Amino acid sequence: MVFGLPEHVVYATAGVWALLVVASLIVWGLRLRGPADRYEELVRRTESWWWMIGAFTFAIAVNTTVAIVFLAFVSYLALKEYLSLIPTRRIDRGLLLFAYLAIPLQYYWAAIDWYGMFIVFVPVWLFLFFPALMALRGDTQGFLRAVGTLSWGLMLTVFALSHLAMLLVGGEVYNPVAGGVGLLFFVVVLTQFNDVAQYTWGKLIGRHKVTPKVSPKKTWEGLLGGVLTTVAVAACLGPYLTPMDWQWSALAGGVIGVAGFLGDVTISAVKRDLGVKDTGGLLPGHGGILDRVDSLTYAAPAFFHFFRYFFTS
Amino acid sequence: MSRNPFIRLLRFLFFAVVVRVLILLALGLTVRNRERLPKHGPAVLAANHNSNLDALALMSLMPLHLLPKLRPVAAVDYFFTSRVRGWFVTNIIGIIPVKRGSGKEGGNPLEACEEALDRGEILVLFPEGSRGDPETLGPLKKGIGHLACARPHVPIIPIYMHGLGKALPKGSTVLVPFNCTVHVGEPLYGTTSYSAFVVELEATMAKLGAQEKPPAWE
Repeated sequence: MVFGLPEHVVYATAGVWALLVVASLIVWGLRLRGPADRYEELVRRTESWWWMIGAFTFAIAVNTTVAIVFLAFVSYLALKEYLSLIPTRRIDRGLLLFAYLAIPLQYYWAAIDWYGMFIVFVPVWLFLFFPALMALRGDTQGFLRAVGTLSWGLMLTVFALSHLAMLLVGGEVYNPVAGGVGLLFFVVVLTQFNDVAQYTWGKLIGRHKVTPKVSPKKTWEGLLGGVLTTVAVAACLGPYLTPMDWQWSALAGGVIGVAGFLGDVTISAVKRDLGVKDTGGLLPGHGGILDRVDSLTYAAPAFFHFFRYFFTS
Repeated sequence: MSRNPFIRLLRFLFFAVVVRVLILLALGLTVRNRERLPKHGPAVLAANHNSNLDALALMSLMPLHLLPKLRPVAAVDYFFTSRVRGWFVTNIIGIIPVKRGSGKEGGNPLEACEEALDRGEILVLFPEGSRGDPETLGPLKKGIGHLACARPHVPIIPIYMHGLGKALPKGSTVLVPFNCTVHVGEPLYGTTSYSAFVVELEATMAKLGAQEKPPAWE
């Protein structure tokens, strides 16, 4: 244990920082060489990475409680961004405040390691409770749409993302190598890495579009190149951070890569439907917080249940 | 505003901690063209008005070292309904009170505003007068035109804000977090005709507001 973190996580974190420094030097070099405004977006994007990786490192380094509060805050930002993007009914204002209160509760279930409640709280209790509350308010105009959009928003931003906290707490005893934090680190870093890898492969050799209507920049070359790169990195990183051997780790990398892609495409569809380019302006160069955690909304539950099914029984 | 250093410290802490946590963390502002905000006084920030949070949101956009110079302009009849409320808006928020409709009685209701500009202060002003319907821009009052023409060297910065009327609309006391967007426009200057200025400002603000299509609020 170093700084309260398992040794393997400390070295892996150092590796991420080293990668960030190298990437920043490359971006810096590109900017010095190329025309002034050509890499503006890339520079801002890199700057935001420093903030995000800094915040994540701080959150996991202090203790589990701080990490859970940090993850809950990410959920809060994501839900707020989602509710600000979608059309809402004036009558549902008070109810939306209740929706925010779901976040501390859901993360509390994770914090006390109560898996049974964690897994049913949003998709059973809240999905039944909110429509009933809306019905009792008495306005049926747009009822179905209001129920649908709120439920799905809670699903993505609260339920799906809270799997990260459950992995951190519940994964502890099943991972002698690097603890729950090792598993959390594995899925978060690989998902973000997968995003960058898919983007980079797509930029380099992308030709054939996967979803021309939803997300025209996504190509088969980017998807396959990205997933294969993630599989390779996962195979190396998995045995160091998780109880999985390299074959299982590679498979987990595949799950994370594909799920991450699906999450990305799903949020893209939301943005297309609403006619916006970014979900917000919180992270310069990236857009909003939803633009950054879109892949995690799918990758976190996918990896969590993959791991739970094969490695905890 | 008070000269008492203790009250000034309270005001600083209120804006540096409470307002910033509330506006920047709980709500979240996306600012478009932040570089157009004035770096020093005198200046006027003229924004649309939908919520009691509007003035706080605008003030949180400015650096803290300009806080002693920031003065929201507000109606006497609305804010001075009780002693506590009056003390709070005068000393902590630091408003310049304006008597609505007093121009018709022959006085100059904007005298205090003009004096503040002469001292190099930055006014936060809502030319619509009142908050009106949530998330819509109502017709502007003439006061801003008179002020701009009386001090033609002072930049008037048109600003349009989306979302605060959803977070805390008129008639509600419950704050619901929503992301808010602030569009800052190019500065305008008063000329000889106050009515022409009001028309120009209203058109500029409407254009700023039309830069994005916020989701329907029904």
